[in-house]
Amino acid sequence: MKAILSGNEAVARGCYEYGLHVATAYPGTPSTEILENVSKYPEIYAEWCPNEKVAFEVAMGATFEGARSLVAMKHVGLNVAADPFMSLSLIGAPGGLIVVSADDPGMHSSQNEQDNRYYARFAGYPCLEPSDSQEAKDFVQQSLELSIKFDVPVMLRMTTRVCHAQSVVELGSRSEYPVEGFRRDPQKFVVLPAHARVRHQWAVKRLARIREYAESTPLNYIENGDKKLGIITDGVAYQYVKEVMPDATVFKLGMVYPLPGEKIRSFAAGVERLMIVEELEPFIEEQIKAGGIACEGKIYFSNLGELTPDSVENGFAEAGFLKKRKLFSVPEEVIQRPPVFCPGCPHRGIYYLLNKLKAVVTTDIGCYTLGVLPPLNAGDTCVEMGASIGVAVGMSKARGSGKGIVATIGDSTFLHSGMTGLLNAVNDNAGITIIIMDNRITAMTGGQYHPGTGKTLMGQPSGKADLARICQALGASRIKVVDPYRLEDTKSVLKEEMDNETLSIIITNRPCALYPPENRKKIKRSPFQVDLEKCIGCHACMRVSCPAISESEQKTDKGNTKSQIDKLLCTGCSVCAQVCPVGAIYPAKGVDDAG
Amino acid sequence: MQDKMDLLMVGVGGQGILLASELTAMAAFEAGMDVKKSEVHGMAQRGGVVSSHIRLGKKVHSPLIQCGDADVLLAFEQAEALRWIHFLKEKGHVVVNIMTLVPPVGFLKNFEYPRDTLKRIQEHPVSVHPVHAAKIAYELGSSRIVNMVLIGVLSNFLGISKEIWQTAIKKRVPDGTEEINMRAFDAGVSAIS
Repeated sequence: MKAILSGNEAVARGCYEYGLHVATAYPGTPSTEILENVSKYPEIYAEWCPNEKVAFEVAMGATFEGARSLVAMKHVGLNVAADPFMSLSLIGAPGGLIVVSADDPGMHSSQNEQDNRYYARFAGYPCLEPSDSQEAKDFVQQSLELSIKFDVPVMLRMTTRVCHAQSVVELGSRSEYPVEGFRRDPQKFVVLPAHARVRHQWAVKRLARIREYAESTPLNYIENGDKKLGIITDGVAYQYVKEVMPDATVFKLGMVYPLPGEKIRSFAAGVERLMIVEELEPFIEEQIKAGGIACEGKIYFSNLGELTPDSVENGFAEAGFLKKRKLFSVPEEVIQRPPVFCPGCPHRGIYYLLNKLKAVVTTDIGCYTLGVLPPLNAGDTCVEMGASIGVAVGMSKARGSGKGIVATIGDSTFLHSGMTGLLNAVNDNAGITIIIMDNRITAMTGGQYHPGTGKTLMGQPSGKADLARICQALGASRIKVVDPYRLEDTKSVLKEEMDNETLSIIITNRPCALYPPENRKKIKRSPFQVDLEKCIGCHACMRVSCPAISESEQKTDKGNTKSQIDKLLCTGCSVCAQVCPVGAIYPAKGVDDAG
Repeated sequence: MQDKMDLLMVGVGGQGILLASELTAMAAFEAGMDVKKSEVHGMAQRGGVVSSHIRLGKKVHSPLIQCGDADVLLAFEQAEALRWIHFLKEKGHVVVNIMTLVPPVGFLKNFEYPRDTLKRIQEHPVSVHPVHAAKIAYELGSSRIVNMVLIGVLSNFLGISKEIWQTAIKKRVPDGTEEINMRAFDAGVSAIS
């Protein structure tokens, strides 16, 4: 049977078919759908973890026990899990372990576009890279076999266009494998320096054996064509190469580390000109050049952003293999559509107020990063998960005062890596204000549960972290809860806390307006409408940046457009009504107060 | 079956483009074609620009369409048709849903909605098919079937049998709405000449 699957669905299907036992992750675009789909197979134990490091450690424990295991994360997630990732190299993965790194060339939804193939080389792990959904499924099997055969974690490196593109996949049935059980071996599993020195020698020998394997694996294959041009390529770039240079001789690498050095040498000798087409960094190119083989790559195929069939075609045109095509001119910027907070989003009011109060806002990773965009314009720094608190502390210490410095962090991000930052802020007597935007879900990635939600990925009720009590237990004493739909109350709390030199924590208490979907009905209140008689066309309501509010056809005497509210989109949060200076916005039915 | 058919669906988050592209890919797959489809997730529900590349044929490599290669551009919104027009090949078809979505921050500088979008599209050497999908949907009695009207229009260019479309639509729309969705599809089929 065949089906159309995304790369992520195909990895999940592979987990099912090839007998995976345990899968873990912290959500992150473009990797999230892997675990979401794995959790649909009850044969596999699947869990969301508070962060990638914990997810890695859980999967590590499972492979120590002899279970076929997988941990999935986005590229920057591997930075968080880098500590166990590196040291596990000396131990191995007896039950098999796949580390999925979903990279995001082009930064569709990420803060950087680091190339994680370097991590595989850094740790000495094989790195497999599928180029479509069929390979994404097949490579789960190959990765598990490699992992078990060589007692090594395997990186399955995906990119956005492989994770999210859909293509046809042949489906099979599940094979079952026993879990062998943990075999006590402190020399292997306890990396004391004395043990680790021995294990490092073992790991170096292991890599040499994997190098030999790379020379013969069918994961790397040559498609013979015109010998004037030889192309070495991997991942989705292979598909672009096949599209624009269908007649060339192509060496397709399914395993991008370690490289098959001898095979590449003889391939290079058999073609007139050798080009390397790879996304992001010259990972393959530099290794080939280091081997003394002449080749060209990044001078024609940029290391910035993702490749496209167009950019690959341009590269080959510049290299003299193709003529440039005549195309319609690209229209100048038509109209920008910056993403905005959803109608009813509890973050809207907070960033509106932070802007009004001229706070210095160190913000964090999540939907609420969008608070930096106009017209809210609240957000001065954002680096990585959990940075908001540490950065705010650093700023306050450097300037000698924490007044007016506000760190904003979501609940899922706080549990991911904000708690240690808070612990430090308490310890340092930092006079900053921290707002925990508690919407009770990991929203940006599509609504995944976290330890504060009270439900597991597999649908079981679970323990539920209490954010206020966590803050208290970490030593914070000024903790206030606000309703972000009530602007005046929230504003006075914000002002008071920003103006004093004590560490204070403000927790917002409204749930996400979008996730989980079953909550939407509960959140929806009577929609608001604009009294066009009263509206003076000042656009104050538009400065809260709500998709439900737009310009109507009607104009004031001065020619300003009056506002209108889309009743289907409006959730009745009332934030716009509270900023209207003339009271022109009111509930469409009755007086259903937002409180 | 054609050797290759590239379809680009574009619009704004919330217009039902992802469902439309999924249905189209399903129908083509059922009709025995190789299919690849690519879109970027994440920001779509938050009012951003959405595009879905659908590539059909005997054997498809790239999940992305090249500029100047699309056979059909299906635009759910006028300004979006203009934004993506350079993906269309000469003599290609652009189906334009006659409607405008001004971003919520449209009152700010740099967010001027473009004028004369349809005229600017018509300046290209392509066949332009304007469709009043919202009006058709309204006359059928539901505002939620606009995307189905547009799929109906699109089906004119694909040569996939009506039975296959019907099966795909029945599989993916909510129970009890099959009939109105099929009527919307049929109305779309006859919306252009």
